[in-house]
This record gives sequence, C-alpha cells and structure tokens, in this order.
Amino acid sequence: MISEKEQPDENTTGSVRPVINDFSITVATVNGSGSQTSNLTLMRALFKMGIPVSGKNIFPSNIQGQPTWYTIRVSDKGHLARREETEVMVTMNPATFARDVAGLVPGGALLYDDSIKIPINRQDIHMYPMPVKQLVRDSAAPTSIRDYIANMVYVGVLANIIGIDMEHIHKALDFHFKGKAKPIELNWSMVKNAYDWAAANLKKSDAYLVKPSGQTDGYIMTDGNTAAAMGALYGGLQFAAWYPITPATSLAETLNEYIPVFRKDPQTGKNTCAVLQAEDELAAIGMVVGAGWSGLRAMTSTSGPGLSLMVEYMGLAYLAEVPVVLWDVQRIGPSTGLPTRTSQGDLTLAYHMGHGDVKHVILFPGSVTECFEMGWKAFDIAERLQTPVIVLSDLDFGMNQWMTKPFEYPDRPMDRGKILWEDDLQKMGDRWGRYHDVDGDGIPYRTLPGNRLPNAAYFARGTGHDDYGAYSEEPEVWEANLLRIKRKLESNLALLPEPVIKQEQGADISLISFGSTQDAVDEALYVLSNQGYKVNHLRMRSLPVSDNVKQFVRGHKRNYVVELNRDGQLHQILQLEIPDSNLRLISLSHQDGLPLTARWVVEQLLAKEEQQHD
Amino acid sequence: MTDQTTQTSRAQVNLVGLTKNDYRGNPSSLCQGCGHNSISSQIISACYELNIVPEKVVKFSGIGCSSKSPYYFLNRSFGFNGLHGRMPSLATGALFGDITLKGIGVSGDGDTASIGMGQFKHIIRRNVPMVYIVENNGVYGLTKGQFSATADEGLELKKQGTNPYLPVDIAWEALVGHATFVARSFAGDPKQVRELLKAAISHNGIAMLDIISPCVTFNNQDNTVHSYSWGKEHEVALHDLSFVPRAEEIMVDYEDGQIKEVTMHDGSMVLLKKLERDYDPTNRTEAMRVLEESNRECCLITGLIYIDESQPTLFDHYDLPAEPLNRLTEERLRPPRETMDKLNAMMF
Repeated sequence: MISEKEQPDENTTGSVRPVINDFSITVATVNGSGSQTSNLTLMRALFKMGIPVSGKNIFPSNIQGQPTWYTIRVSDKGHLARREETEVMVTMNPATFARDVAGLVPGGALLYDDSIKIPINRQDIHMYPMPVKQLVRDSAAPTSIRDYIANMVYVGVLANIIGIDMEHIHKALDFHFKGKAKPIELNWSMVKNAYDWAAANLKKSDAYLVKPSGQTDGYIMTDGNTAAAMGALYGGLQFAAWYPITPATSLAETLNEYIPVFRKDPQTGKNTCAVLQAEDELAAIGMVVGAGWSGLRAMTSTSGPGLSLMVEYMGLAYLAEVPVVLWDVQRIGPSTGLPTRTSQGDLTLAYHMGHGDVKHVILFPGSVTECFEMGWKAFDIAERLQTPVIVLSDLDFGMNQWMTKPFEYPDRPMDRGKILWEDDLQKMGDRWGRYHDVDGDGIPYRTLPGNRLPNAAYFARGTGHDDYGAYSEEPEVWEANLLRIKRKLESNLALLPEPVIKQEQGADISLISFGSTQDAVDEALYVLSNQGYKVNHLRMRSLPVSDNVKQFVRGHKRNYVVELNRDGQLHQILQLEIPDSNLRLISLSHQDGLPLTARWVVEQLLAKEEQQHD
Repeated sequence: MTDQTTQTSRAQVNLVGLTKNDYRGNPSSLCQGCGHNSISSQIISACYELNIVPEKVVKFSGIGCSSKSPYYFLNRSFGFNGLHGRMPSLATGALFGDITLKGIGVSGDGDTASIGMGQFKHIIRRNVPMVYIVENNGVYGLTKGQFSATADEGLELKKQGTNPYLPVDIAWEALVGHATFVARSFAGDPKQVRELLKAAISHNGIAMLDIISPCVTFNNQDNTVHSYSWGKEHEVALHDLSFVPRAEEIMVDYEDGQIKEVTMHDGSMVLLKKLERDYDPTNRTEAMRVLEESNRECCLITGLIYIDESQPTLFDHYDLPAEPLNRLTEERLRPPRETMDKLNAMMF
C-alpha cells in the first residue's frame, strides 16, 4: 500500500527534523473574500523559488460567503497531483474550522485567525494564531478593502513560518496587479507587516520549510483555458462564439484580452479575429458552424450543459462536413451537476454528439502546454478532415494554475485542407462536386462563399445529398455518402496526435489514462515502481482509437483504464473498438468532483491485481 | 404607379451582364400554387432588377416548406439549409466569412415564431445586415397541417380542432426587438413583394419581411388571414412603393406631398406613395400604433412599416479588414515566431 507521508520525528529536546519542499498547504477561506489573490501569490512565489508546485482551488458555485479551500503542494520530486493529506493548514473560516483542524496530519502546522474562538482539541499539532483584525486595523488600508487585505495577513505569516522568499511574493503581487502601483503597495504592506509581526512574535516549532530549489527554470505558470485560447490565436482562429459557463468562461475572455495584442493584421492593423457572445449555446455553435462553412477557423468553448445544447448543430456539421473546433472544459454532470468541480464525464456524449451514426474526432490534452498545442492543431485537423474536432479539457486544467513547459511555436505551417478558390476550381473543372471524392481518401474539396466563379456555389444541407450537394433520397446515395464520411475519418487517423507510451522492461500490465489525471498517474507509477510493480503506461491523446493503442492493449495481460467518471467511459469505448481484448481491459473509474490522487490509483490497481490472484 | 420597372429589367441582360435565367434556381418541389413559389420568383426578379451579382449573395434557411425554397432561386449563390429555428445563428457566423456578401434568409412561421423565436429576436437585436424573410402561412405544412404560433385564434383545422390562442405578430415582434427594417406583404401581390424585397436587399441592417404566404394545402380557408381570398380582400397597403436604385433615373410619377423618400444606406431611395394615410415609416411609435390598430381591426397592413438606416450593423462593432476574412492567408493570421518569447513572458 502507498505509505502515509512520513511524519517528522520529534527528538527528545522537542526540535524536529525539517521536512523541506515536500508537503501540502491547505488554505480554508470564505469565497468572494479575495483569498484567490492571496493563494495565487503564495503559489507563484513558491514557483519563483524554483520549487515544483501545484495549486487546486476547491471552490463553491457561489459568488460570496461559502467555504472554499485552496491546496498547494510543493514537491522536489515533481509530484504535483492533489493529495488528501495536509501538513500546513491556514484557516480563516470559522464555519469549517473544526473539520479543517481535524484534517491536519499529526505534527502539522495550524495557522488560524485568532478571532476564531472554537476550542482546538489536538495536542499533536503546532499552532500559530494570527491577530488578523489587529493587523488590518493597524494598516493604512481604507475600510472598503479591509476584508480583502485581511487575506494578505496569512500570506505574510505563512511566508515567515515556512520560509517563502519575500522578494518573490512582491514579484507575484506585481504580476497579479499588472504593475499597478497602488494595489501592489496596499497588499505588499499588509504582507510585510504580517511577516514582521510573525518574526517578532511567533516561534517556529513545526518541521515544514521551503528552500530555493532551482527546479522551475524553463517552466511557465498558467492555466489550461489561457493556454487553449492562446493556442487558438496562434492557430489562426478567426471567429469564436460562446456563452458564459463555468469553467469555460475564461477561455473566451482570454481571446478578447489577447486579440488586440497578437492578432492585428500586419497589413491593415485591423483585427483578424472576431469573438461574439451569443444568446445561448444553441446559437454559439450555430454561428461557429456558419463561420466554419464560410471558410473561417471557427471555435466555441463550453462545458457540460452547453455541450448538451450543441448536439444538434454538431450532428449537422458532421453530415455537412463543416470544420469547427469545440473546447469542452468539463465539469461534473449529469445536468447542472457540480458546476465548480472537475470531471472527465463528457467523453461518451462528445464522441457521439448527434443523432444517427456519428463519431467525432476527440483530442485530449494531457498538460497545459498541450492545451496550447492542441489549441492550434485542432484547426489543422478540422480543416483537413472537414469535420468537427472536440477538445476535451476540464476544470482542473482550465481554472487551476499549473507549472508547465513554455508554449512552443507551431512546428508546421497551417493546413487549410482542400479549399478551392477561383484558380483552383478552374483547374479542377468538371471533376469538382462538393462531396465528390476526387482523391480517393474520402475527403472532398470545398469551395467558400465569396468565390466569384458561377459554378463554385453549392447548397449545404443536413438532408441527404449526392456528390454535388443536390437533395437525394436514393438509398445507395445515402449509404455511400455515410460510408465515405466514416472512411474519411478512419483512413486518416495518422493526422491525430499519437498516444504517449512509457514502457518498462518485463511489464505485462498497464495503466491507460487521458487528460488532467496525468500527474496522479505519473506519481502512482512512481509509487508502484518503488514497491516493485512493473506497469507500463499509455496516455491517449485522441479518438477514434488508433492501431498503436490497439496493439498496446493487446500486448498487455491487463490494462487498467483510469478516468474521472462513474461509468468508465473510455474503458467502454476501448472495449467497443478493440472487441478482441475486452478481458484485457479493466476499468478504474471514479468521480467525486476532485482531481485524482495517486493514492486512489495505486490502491485501486493493487486491489484489482489481488483479485486476479485470488 | 402601374409599372415602375425600369429600362434594365425589360432588357434581356441587366447591368451586370446577366439574364433573368442566371438568377433562377432548381425546379420547386413545393405544392402547385404555393405562395412560397411566388416569393421565390420575386426574389429572382428583385435581384435581376437590382443588378445583383449572384455570387455576392448567400442564402440561408431553417427547416420547413419555406426553408426548402432557397434551392429554388439563385443557383449561383451559396446556400446553407440549417436547422429548425436556428438559421439566424448560422447566417450570423457565415457572414463573418465575407462581410461584403449579402445574406438572404428564408424562414417560416414555425421556424421563426415557434422554435426559432429566440434566435429571431437576437439576430434583430444585433442588426445583422441581411434580408430575413418569413413566409408566413400560419400552419405547419411539412408535417401536414398543425397550428403554428401565427395561426389565427379560432382557426379550425382538420385533426387539430380549434386554435384557442392569439397569434404571434412577427412584424410586431421585429419592431419591438428594434429591427431597423420591418415590412409586410402578401405573396399574392407580386409587385409589392418585389419592391419591398428590393428595398430590403438595399438596407444595410436586418431587413425583416413578413410575407403572408397562403398554404394551398393545409390553411387556405376563406376566414383566415393566411388565405388568398382573405388577403386579397383585407389587404390595406400603407403606400404604393417603388424602389429606385440611385444609379438610375427616378421614374416615379409623384405629386408634391404624396411621396415619401427614404434614403437607403447605399444612397438609393425607397419612394413611398401615401394612400389615405399620412404614414411616416421612420417613426417607430407610429409604426407600433399602426400595427396595433390593424390587429384590432383585423386588416392586413402591408408595405414598409418601419425603417431606420442610421443604426450600426453587427459588423460595425468589429474592426475587421475590408478584405474578406475568409481570404486572409497564414501570414496575416498566425502571429510571427518572434512573438513567442513575449507570449511566454506574459505568463508567470
């Protein structure tokens, strides 16, 4: 079994052996109080100290007044998945105080607002009361912002207790407030005062410390929605329509923020990308299908409830062969579900969006950097295949800050696919029909509105049509068209991102995963390896299932498919598409709204392995 | 006012060198005598007479009998037959591809006033520069005769019984929603349909035409607004109307004080001949009053009910290049490699 975090040994004199750069901090606050700024400041400062760090915001679907937790993990080994244990707890919220205190590991450090008068019935932890009210009162902050400034108190105290470099805290504030002197100064002075107070009044007795580590050089820190938006802008996105929904909103908002910076036409200085906030998701996807049809690189971004509304137009786009890109930043469903909690539960719906025989191309970014990469790549695939491409991100990627490799410039020119403007059409002559398979690869040529040749136009439709776009109810015509569309996808799978495979000599079992569970899976593999288990790993990056994936599955006795949903949706797809290997595929699925932990993966895998030997 | 057609329309070839045939579509599969066919042929005439280059038009539709009709006109124009009630979003996105193109959307009363009411109101609110025609027959034809939201109260249909609800007035909805062009006509009045179409095509903004288009098969009882006989008898034209492109000499035979000139965005004008009413289609309050009054009196107000050429269109809110977006090449769409460091530095 995975071992509990090692507890610091207390020696006879009461001092402890320090635990450096390997623990978790949880900050319990009330949402809407400005705590997100404080938490990001802490995480960014740790990052700038060179310590591998991750942050998970466990927040309510609410504007103000509900409990929220932020967990920060530092790990010199680079293990950045969520952990269940907390070594350092900062609590500002009386409503969750008892539960927060109870959750701290023995030997843990508790920093708390001293106005909370709830008795603490633990002798095995180190306590640091913070005179938050007093420090705020002593500050020069105007009354209107005192509640927000209050959360900077714990930034200063924590920095003192665990040793965060104050210079980096200042850098983090400077970044957060975009260099605006006044808010930076207000917040900084609060942090500084709290730090100084702690230095003068608190005596460090717990074991947890951070030290500069030099391990984050060559990394940036950002979130998946920002990465996706920037990837799209570097992919030549020309039109996006969207409707506000958690956790996808910031993706479209990032487009608006960066278009003026990166997408001015070098020739005219005008915008080469338009973003429209639609009246609902039905309209957002309708606009995007219209734009894709008229030759624009078009995209929408949404989450579960919006995805449900987009089913209808995605079916049309599939049949009418319109390239569009849809980012689904998943949250938990069914229905409204838990709007602020993460999930990988939209896979089945996304794969088959639309009634009738529909199967879409799905991309799975496995890191924030890959969100950028797939942000541009999705357009190349959509336009080449003339079909919708769905990119499945999730709340954990989309809304949390991650340290990640810098974005890389696209390594190839744009692939606009088979488009015929006037000259091209003239050359092709009579051989052209909108749905006529000239090249034998299932991919027809398309003309775009505005083409000045009289024979360029065609009538696109969601009804049955022949090679020239004319309405047809002929049985053979219908069937041939649908089979061609199927062939178009299946014979061009090489265009899709290949799986990432890690093999160990002699391993006959594997873990298969996708998306944001990567950190938990990596750590689980590390733990398993330390315990003497040999386990290979395959991370899916696209659907439909490629031959590489099929071969990998067939090459292992047991493949454990790890995912954050109830029914094991990827597991079901793999069973359907690799029917000869059903018994080789075992589901490890689970969803409670929180990012996956390595502990869960290890425990589940070992429990199932044990059953094999019973 | 009997013949305001111009020299060009009588000639075999119009100013852009095309014959009327060049504007035709495929043979209609709609019922014989369907009002929609008559509208299609007026679209053909209007585009021919306005010297529209068919390649500069994009056609859109939703689902229903009306929505099939774009296949029956302007074969040389691109078209997209979208989803039921969702034509406005499709058109909005598609027109971003090339904002120099003119959109012509054809919808029906079910497609617009029932399933598509939301998108209808929003395309109007955004003032997307296109023509939005509702071929309004008060009945679901393709599914063989159910009430639509514009069906008259008390209408009796085989299998459906009596309609207990008051109808949605599409022109009213458009006007309330700040449409910049609202007109109503009757499919059996081809000349008026044609002239209103010409004005609508020339309008730089959303041009909503509610055209009562009788269903010969499922809703043509004499007592309903959506029938030929009722329409012919109860139609009250607001004004005789003739559309005159600026490039041509104005031929209208008018008398002082009886002609209302409305200058279109492109400099052309619509001339409105007032009949018994002194009607000003630039007055929104007056437009509402006239519609409400005609509803009370059960008369069919036709003509140009409201026009406002001063409002910005959707595309005026975007600082887009003059060249169509869909012709921009990679150098203009992908930021240069040198920007990568700047981008990464903007992260943390």
